[in-house]
Amino acid sequence: MTHHQYRAQGLAGNERRKLHCSHHRKPDNGGTRVEVWQIKGGVVSSSAASDSHALLSVRDLRTHFDVGGDAVKAVDGVSFDVHEGKALGIVGESGCGKTVLSRSIMGITTASNASTSGSVKYSGTELVGKGKRELRKFWGEEMAMVFQDPMTSLNPVVRIGRQLTEHLRAHKDLSKSEANDLAVQLLTWVRIPEPKERLSNFPHQMSGGMRQRVCIAIALACSPNLLFADEPTTALDVTVQHQILNLLAQQQQERQMGMVLVTHDLGVVATRTDDIAVMYAGKIVEKASTSALFSGMRHPYTQSLFWSIPKTSEPKHTRLSAIVGRPPNLAALPSGCSFADRCPYVQPICREVEPQLQTIDSHSFACHLPVGSSDAEAALSANISAGLPQSEGAATRREAHQGTFT
Amino acid sequence: MAGSGSAHLRNGGDIVIRVENLTVEFPAKGGNVVHAVSGISFDVRRGETLGLVGESGCGKSTTGKALLQLPAPTGGSVQLDGEELTQLSRTEMIARRTDIQMIFQDPISSLNPRRTIGKIVAEPLDVWGPTASDEQWALVASILDAVGIDPESAKYRRPHEYSGGQCQRISIARALVMEPKVIICDEPVSALDVSVQAQILNMLEDLKAKYGLTLVFIAHDLAVVKNISDRVAVMYLGKMCEISDSDDLYATPAHPYTQLLMDSHPEPNPEAVIDEMVVLGGEIPSPIFPPSGCRFRTRCEFADELCAHEEPQMSMISDGHYVACHHPLVEPVS
Repeated sequence: MTHHQYRAQGLAGNERRKLHCSHHRKPDNGGTRVEVWQIKGGVVSSSAASDSHALLSVRDLRTHFDVGGDAVKAVDGVSFDVHEGKALGIVGESGCGKTVLSRSIMGITTASNASTSGSVKYSGTELVGKGKRELRKFWGEEMAMVFQDPMTSLNPVVRIGRQLTEHLRAHKDLSKSEANDLAVQLLTWVRIPEPKERLSNFPHQMSGGMRQRVCIAIALACSPNLLFADEPTTALDVTVQHQILNLLAQQQQERQMGMVLVTHDLGVVATRTDDIAVMYAGKIVEKASTSALFSGMRHPYTQSLFWSIPKTSEPKHTRLSAIVGRPPNLAALPSGCSFADRCPYVQPICREVEPQLQTIDSHSFACHLPVGSSDAEAALSANISAGLPQSEGAATRREAHQGTFT
Repeated sequence: MAGSGSAHLRNGGDIVIRVENLTVEFPAKGGNVVHAVSGISFDVRRGETLGLVGESGCGKSTTGKALLQLPAPTGGSVQLDGEELTQLSRTEMIARRTDIQMIFQDPISSLNPRRTIGKIVAEPLDVWGPTASDEQWALVASILDAVGIDPESAKYRRPHEYSGGQCQRISIARALVMEPKVIICDEPVSALDVSVQAQILNMLEDLKAKYGLTLVFIAHDLAVVKNISDRVAVMYLGKMCEISDSDDLYATPAHPYTQLLMDSHPEPNPEAVIDEMVVLGGEIPSPIFPPSGCRFRTRCEFADELCAHEEPQMSMISDGHYVACHHPLVEPVS
């Protein structure tokens, strides 16, 4: 059903929202307080002064797992803000800590060997350190999550109708028939045809795309103000991926939700986010508005990641510039920059001093030799003449993009 | 198509694989039939890479397996270097399979976790020789080296000690050890990170040149398929829609389904225009009761009466570019 069709049925955006907002609770809003956060090492990040209007304010968040006495630093000092109605993309390869990050913010890292420190403020309320019982007030109604795998995030032996409204009935004391009506409504929002008939289905009777729609409907059921989508389309076909991303973007805009879109695919975040944070080895290495990031990548990792993606605009058999080597072991990170071993610009200082996130024109990056600087150019030519292994393909791209950052 | 016809088949002595009217059906509940692949034809020249692209359920993996007669197709012909594979006996086919090897999507589950890498890669040699262990190891070591795995440390290690990308390299080594003519790659990079994906794709190009391989590359990612393929065939619900040189296909897609796939592909470019219409694209119909006429008509914005009644046939758009559609986006040469 199109947007216009369900508008025509009298389900205008604000009415749909009202339906669920009658019992809406807001945590105490600390909107009047302005707090200043210092990032470790004394470097003030772009948003070091916590934005009092931010829906979500994360400061120096760390989640470490104790594995046989070693600390696996999955998230290591991450700071960012998400504003109402804005979408933030978090991009990185597997193992960079992006999933642990979103789970730590939600407070659903269940592993007994995990320890989380730092600050996560939701509308001014501190979430780190809160118990499960308190966090439950936030889950669903304030912040919700859509997971990667729609096959495993639904219960295979419970009908769709019940899974859709289970939490609503728990939160809001609805009768069975009210809950049923609501479930039909929810499925209509996510554009599932014949919603009434679908209520009695089990998950296995639906396709992957349908199941992900159901998961989105469950997440949206209580009208959250903040939605985490953790690789929501990775398991789906391109056409279905496109539909799901459009659905998420449309719902996010209509509801003025904040959204955090976690993905490994720069293509997914390119057109659907306001800001992008790139993660590597548990840290944010670059953060900028989406247009600024794509028009001038400053961190060598972001650039390498971008170059390694095959693009339909390039002719067939274009040599891809793979990134040399592998991501570091999170339990034994090298001193200095963790990308140093794979970086074409690497200099001795990179292995000694860890670069801090610095901000120029609200574009943050943690690099001693940011792409586009004259130092980086000099470092690169020195490395090439010293015979440091370079990714083939990167050289041709560099020539083609001479004079521009990307 | 989703249509039929074989106008796009080529002639010449350098055709390695020639598939004509390939049909694969599986029995379903209640005496119904799953029409997984319904009469597709294509050919692959020596040293060429053919990309097969389409959504899940379009029959691209079934097509790949049918080339290996796993299981034998319900109908049609599969020729390898002129030899008809569908007529071979079981034992003859087992011998022929050494010429066609396959690489699967999930590199970790396609390797036996309890065996060492040395054993995994050498296993085909136990059957087809050489069986002497030092000869075997020399061969295995040279191939592991070619795929970028250190042979000495790999010999006694097991798959869990390797990352996904390395396991895919090992799977490729296992396929190469038989010195095949053709390798069928079934979504070999879709489970990998983009940086690892780039390494594997580059390596496949290198190995193709080094060992003179012919590849059939099955994937759903259009950019990956374009990068590695010389020719691309677009499949939909068991039928072939369009086949063309890959640069040509992406420059001038002629089938509405090809256009839909391209519009859906997320380009890493913030200025790309998002086509909201694709939301209406719907889902792939059941292959048990495929639509009459053109199978794509239920999702096609140009569909009319003709599409419901008559199946489109392959017709030429330009040299080497064929489409099966009643209302192609580019007018065919009549």
